[in-house]
Amino acid sequence: MSATIIFWGVAIAQVMLALAMAAATWRLLRGPRAQDRVLALDSLYLSAMLVLVTFGIRTGSTVYFEAALVIGVVSFVGTLALAKFLMRGEVIE
Amino acid sequence: MSGLATFPEWAAVLVALLVIAGAAITLIGAIGLVRFGSFFERVHAPTLGTSFGAAFVLLASAVYFSVLQARPVLHEVLIFVFITVTTPVTLMLLARATLYRDRVEAAARQRPPAATGDSPGPGLAGAPPAENDSAP
Repeated sequence: MSATIIFWGVAIAQVMLALAMAAATWRLLRGPRAQDRVLALDSLYLSAMLVLVTFGIRTGSTVYFEAALVIGVVSFVGTLALAKFLMRGEVIE
Repeated sequence: MSGLATFPEWAAVLVALLVIAGAAITLIGAIGLVRFGSFFERVHAPTLGTSFGAAFVLLASAVYFSVLQARPVLHEVLIFVFITVTTPVTLMLLARATLYRDRVEAAARQRPPAATGDSPGPGLAGAPPAENDSAP
């Protein structure tokens, strides 16, 4: 019974997170200016990280946790570099 | 999936509710990212996902693995602390970059009256006017 509850809960959550990723992708492709695209990319990173965490709950293995942690770190560095690039035109001054 | 046969139902219900709540909050933030009109409104929307959306999903994961392995598993706190610390830094830097770009473009539009090639698009509807002349 509890396996069924967890399966359906995680399935619904994954559908919602997939819709969130689709919305972020729409803004990434559509976004009128560059900073909208950077913001959408950051949101896409976050949704992908949460999808990996839900995959970890679904399979019961902690391998996905490390992938989620790496995605979190890469999201921070990537968004920071893109914001610096929008500000100055170069990343390392 | 070995211990899932003896997984207690209250914990299963708790995990399912937490993970659905976190995913729903993240989805609301992403919908706000699509629906809002200007960039400075849009920059607020995904922080729903980075604060309570991530908190609920990671709490669900922590509860699940703690009950499954019968010991406290708290390494999800690491992701949450990292997300909470880094998101304001990146978004404030992005908003400052946007202010700077708006100011530069407004100044470039005022200086040479003939050279207005680029239309700013609908994202610039609420852009502030150029207040200082220090922009190149």
